[in-house]
Amino acid sequence: MIEINAKDVYYKELNERIRKEIKKGVKDIRLLNICGQRYIGDGITANNVTIRIQGVPGEDMAAFMDGPTIIVENNAQDGVGNTMNDGKVVVHGLAGDVLGYGMRGGKLYVKGDCGYRVGIHMKGYMDKVPIMVIGGKAGNFFGEYMAGGTLILLGMNPNNNDRPVLGDYCATGMHGGVIYIRGKVEEDKLGKEVKHFELDESDKKILKPILNDFCKEMGEQFDIFDFSRYTKIIPVSKRPYGRMYVY
Amino acid sequence: MENFGLFTEPWVKSPYRERDSAACGLIGIINKDKKRISGSVIKKAISNQHDRGNGLGGGFAAYGIYPQYKDLYALHLMYDNHKDVKDTEDILENCVQIHHQETIPHATTDVIIDHPHFKRYFVEPNPEAMQRGINPDDYMVSTVMEINTKAKGAFVVSSGKNMGAFKGVGFPEDIADFFQLDQYEGYIWTAHNRFPTNTPGWWGGAHPFTLLDKSVVHNGEISSYGINKRYLDTHGYICTLMTDTEVVTYLVDFLHRKNKLSYEDTFSALAPHFWKDIDRLDEEERLKFTLLRSVYAGAALNGPFAFLYAFNGGLIGINDRVKLRPLIVGKKGNTVYMSSEEASIREICPDAEDCYAPHAGDAVIVYLDEE
Repeated sequence: MIEINAKDVYYKELNERIRKEIKKGVKDIRLLNICGQRYIGDGITANNVTIRIQGVPGEDMAAFMDGPTIIVENNAQDGVGNTMNDGKVVVHGLAGDVLGYGMRGGKLYVKGDCGYRVGIHMKGYMDKVPIMVIGGKAGNFFGEYMAGGTLILLGMNPNNNDRPVLGDYCATGMHGGVIYIRGKVEEDKLGKEVKHFELDESDKKILKPILNDFCKEMGEQFDIFDFSRYTKIIPVSKRPYGRMYVY
Repeated sequence: MENFGLFTEPWVKSPYRERDSAACGLIGIINKDKKRISGSVIKKAISNQHDRGNGLGGGFAAYGIYPQYKDLYALHLMYDNHKDVKDTEDILENCVQIHHQETIPHATTDVIIDHPHFKRYFVEPNPEAMQRGINPDDYMVSTVMEINTKAKGAFVVSSGKNMGAFKGVGFPEDIADFFQLDQYEGYIWTAHNRFPTNTPGWWGGAHPFTLLDKSVVHNGEISSYGINKRYLDTHGYICTLMTDTEVVTYLVDFLHRKNKLSYEDTFSALAPHFWKDIDRLDEEERLKFTLLRSVYAGAALNGPFAFLYAFNGGLIGINDRVKLRPLIVGKKGNTVYMSSEEASIREICPDAEDCYAPHAGDAVIVYLDEE
């Protein structure tokens, strides 16, 4: 394990150093005093590498990441996990807007709330199934244009503000994958391209191991296994706009 | 002396001779107890967002910095050429009584070499005009418009009491060094790091945009600029700065000061609720928001934005109705921070509490505590 003190270190030098250490075979890296450095973990292909971050990392963390695990002990900013291919991101605080944009594999867990446009155009193919779990609430456009993968919203920590668990325009244009929301969903918050259902046995089978792993990573046993409360959202059609330009 | 080229060459003049891609960044600080904070603090905070800008604009607004002249309007002026000073001062002397004037102190730095000439004047409106019963704020607004449109090579950077704006072409940390902001202390500060997209990176086009004590720093673009500009034009506000953000400053002045709308209603008119959301409200609220949206339709802002609006009594942050730009709020004791990025707040206040992102279109309004 190595520690890197990132106090006042520019993001370019920091990321070069991280890549160098991984190349040398270091498996555990702890970054101290991070404050807004961008692009941490971006495009890194490596297995069994863990990067722990103390402080608030900057924009576009874990973009195009392929394998490593990143653990953020504080809040994260916007654009985490953009087009991430594999690996795991665990955020112990809140996260910003546009998480997991076009995410195509791996896992992204956030303990608290997330912002707007989370899980937009997540996609899945064969055994590549990206999984995102948000512990708190989500802003508008959650899972917009979603094409694959599993997106889960738990709506915990209800004391922090009076915002609803789910924002408007959820799953608009969704044509693949599945969204699970712990709670009832008002119809007028959903896009016209989806329907919502109660969970069946196969859903529980999918959810249980994911939620167990989420609790394990967060180091806390949350009361989130009340499957009768959950709502499942899936697309009506794989091609909702198939006729749009057909005269 | 040759013209700096403030007006004759209003295109890109980067001191760094390079371009990069990014987005604007902003941060504001307010201490509700009016404890004054050094300019070096806001400089440190906005430097954390260095990569959101590209060196084509940096600027600051500072409140509470001129306690010795707090009852006078502080006019910050930008001149293309020393020769333009005389003509402008002739106009000024006709309109106002100048109690004190000086060159705005600035440092010679390695980076900001070419720059316009800056002067400040502490003034009060002409007493004769005041005897005719003209509102002093209205009078100063027309004085500012007069200089911006008629004085050749001169432009008013700020015009409020006990406040001032400092801005130019360069990264904000370099502009802070140029104006020696570590020599100032204020209880409200805003800062901006510019990445101009549609309009030129020139000294007048850097943020903040001000009128009287009101200032705006903005990340985004006001795509309704044309409509807003024409609407303002019919009410006597003339846009001269070639940048969309200018309209926000004038719209708030028009709605809040002239039309006497509360700040809550003013910002609701700027970022009106969607009709589908208005339909969900109870009757009284539905009527109120329908009227706000209809009567002030020309003031509605479209396009992506997050902006900070500061004035002598407080600081307001808001983003557009679909949240196409980031805004984070945090606090520590009686100090509140609003920023494009949380890290920028942590840079100057590592233990800030309750950091959160406000809901799209909801103004966060923080007033100074009453004395």
